[in-house]
Amino acid sequence: MTEQAADRSPEIGGRALKRAMAKAQGRAKRRAVLLVAPLLLFILITFVAPIGQMLFRSVHNDGFSANMPALAAWFAENPEGTMPDEAAYAALATDLKMARENKTAGTVGTRINYEIGGTRSLFTSGARKAEDLKPPFARSVPEMDEDWADPQLWQVMRTASSAYTASFYLAALDLTRDADGHIVGVEEGRAVYVGLFFKTLWMSGLITVLCLILGYPVAHLLATLPLAKSNLLMILVLLPFWTSLLVRTTSWMVLLQEQGVINNTLVATGVLQDDNRLAMIYNQTGTIIAMVHILLPFMILPLYSVMRPIKPHYVRAARSLGATSWTAFRRVYLPQTVPGIGAGALLVFILAVGYYITPALVGGASGQLISNLIAYHMQDSLNWSMAAALAAILLAAVLVLYWLYDRLVGIDNLKLG
Amino acid sequence: MLSVNPRTDGFVVFDHVQKTYNGEDLVVKDLDLSIAKGEFLTMLGPSGSGKTTCLMMLAGFETATKGEIFLDGQPINSVPPHKRGIGMVFQNYALFPHMSVGENLSFPLEVRGMSKDAREAKIMRALDMVQMGKFANRRPAQLSGGQQQRIALARALVFDPALVLMDEPLGALDKQLREHMQFEIKRLHDELGITVVYVTHDQGEALTMSDRIAVFNDGRIQQIAPPATLYETPENLFVASFIGENNRLEGKVEEITDGRALIRLTSGEVIAATAVNVHRKGQRTVVSIRPERIEFKPEMMSDGAHTLDATVLEVVYMGDILRARLRVAGTDEFIMKYRNTIGQTRLEPGQTVRIGWHPADARALDPI
Repeated sequence: MTEQAADRSPEIGGRALKRAMAKAQGRAKRRAVLLVAPLLLFILITFVAPIGQMLFRSVHNDGFSANMPALAAWFAENPEGTMPDEAAYAALATDLKMARENKTAGTVGTRINYEIGGTRSLFTSGARKAEDLKPPFARSVPEMDEDWADPQLWQVMRTASSAYTASFYLAALDLTRDADGHIVGVEEGRAVYVGLFFKTLWMSGLITVLCLILGYPVAHLLATLPLAKSNLLMILVLLPFWTSLLVRTTSWMVLLQEQGVINNTLVATGVLQDDNRLAMIYNQTGTIIAMVHILLPFMILPLYSVMRPIKPHYVRAARSLGATSWTAFRRVYLPQTVPGIGAGALLVFILAVGYYITPALVGGASGQLISNLIAYHMQDSLNWSMAAALAAILLAAVLVLYWLYDRLVGIDNLKLG
Repeated sequence: MLSVNPRTDGFVVFDHVQKTYNGEDLVVKDLDLSIAKGEFLTMLGPSGSGKTTCLMMLAGFETATKGEIFLDGQPINSVPPHKRGIGMVFQNYALFPHMSVGENLSFPLEVRGMSKDAREAKIMRALDMVQMGKFANRRPAQLSGGQQQRIALARALVFDPALVLMDEPLGALDKQLREHMQFEIKRLHDELGITVVYVTHDQGEALTMSDRIAVFNDGRIQQIAPPATLYETPENLFVASFIGENNRLEGKVEEITDGRALIRLTSGEVIAATAVNVHRKGQRTVVSIRPERIEFKPEMMSDGAHTLDATVLEVVYMGDILRARLRVAGTDEFIMKYRNTIGQTRLEPGQTVRIGWHPADARALDPI
């Protein structure tokens, strides 16, 4: 009754007003949600879910824990540092027998093999021989293969007995656990990941800087030339987008290789001795050259979109106020293009950090990036958990840089076009 | 008004300056111009007439194809813009968007290597000059168009240039603000004693502000004179029709003596006019008469004035004045303006009146 009275009054306020607004806008809102729903669903199914699953995989691997229940139970009962006793070896023997029946010895071995190389065969052969094991197992199991008594192995099995583990992250950071469960660095010769992470970051940084140096004048030219000429130039800038990435990369091979166009030209013109040809491909140089070329448009386009609306009269004003052309550029033009520089640099850097095909094709041994190692773990070693851990660390590093950028430049300043 | 002798006090001198952009068409054709120190000179003309090019050559953003420009006696063709020490106000203000108002004003002082204290004092003085003292910390984007224009003005003046160029500085403002700013600029010019070269296509602006106006068309100065001279005694048809409203009557010179001419109009009537560019009997010409110099009351006309029959076609009420469109001597576009005073005669469409004017106000301009 009172509500009806409120509805009839010319002015409504408070809750009634809010309700009226929700009612009036509800239909439009529902329609908007329905319109974006397909895309949302698509992203959820094809992007968020797989990434979530991969990230989960980096901390979860039940290859050992699910197939070795008896040993897992013994680890649960006995605190860390307990020497394996008769019960432990008995549990191991039981589990090995079961693994033989279920044909899971390979899975179990693979999980342990991730951390101690060469142990996969220990498990497969152990499972084969498990039938013949007689108590006391504490003696018969090590007799089968003395590696079974290795305290390092037991430490690894203890970690693997839980499906949730940080060991992939440790490995991705060149760390491991020693026999006592302490986190230590891996031996000198086996540390590859941290170095590669830093190499990936600084190479991406270098590629970004090179793209900026090469792209800035081109973007400026694009923004200031008359329309007909700038359109032609724009087509040249976009041309790489319309050719296959593989074609572009292979053409770099043709150009840069030892018997390639550039080397041949330099030798023919006498700049180089024939036995002194430059190694420009299948190394770091090759990766950098090819990636700068491929990523250049991603730098030019945001720069162009920022430079286009900057009218020439700003620089003219600066000149008339007494600034040399360099000062006018540095103090008036450059600061106005910072949003474009930020956007282009962020875009190129993030793309470069995750780039895979080009370094794989032209990088040789020294030009590989972390993404190539991730691919290796995905395709060759089939250690998906390791790949996921590496990818997660890369993602975290990029997010940190993104955060830094936001603090230093401000994400509102970003202009992508 | 300043008394100017352009031959001797040339502070800025254009000496036979020509400019072409494409090597074929001259945008500026053989320009000779002398601007005195402290003068307010306006370059007025339609777009494409060459006035902005002249300004840009003076500022140093365009080079003269031929001829020399002198500033204070020194040739400046090869002096880069930043060494000319000329203040400039741009049409779109050109305030640096990434700097605050204070930083914008500080910029010309910093590049001159001035100390921080000296800068502060100069900035405050310049901001106070345009009544914007409280806005030093604002960004240009937070200011209205009029405020931005004031800041642009202050920035062009803060380093005490002797010469300030203004390129249609008020073009983007609304009418009322524009009129106010015209007054402000004029006041600053008088107070600071600077030389101003002002470019505009707005004749009202040119008339109210300038010491002298140079009317540009087709790359040439058509006439250069103080506003009143320019308005009242235009020297050719272009100037007459570009500045102010203008009635045109075509006819043939019947008789010509001592600069006075009798013109027989195409409709047969004869009127008296001042001969400006006609010299011979029989020349065809256009007579130009300002609408406000036309009288329709016999007692206001001078003795012996030639009068014509006119039919009122339309009367538009404009507040301060009334604007009547008349049919006179075969044209339907003859305009007469008369003041809206108490007791003013109200003309009605269809009414016939006899109109006349002083022969000095009817100017027989270019032969056609």
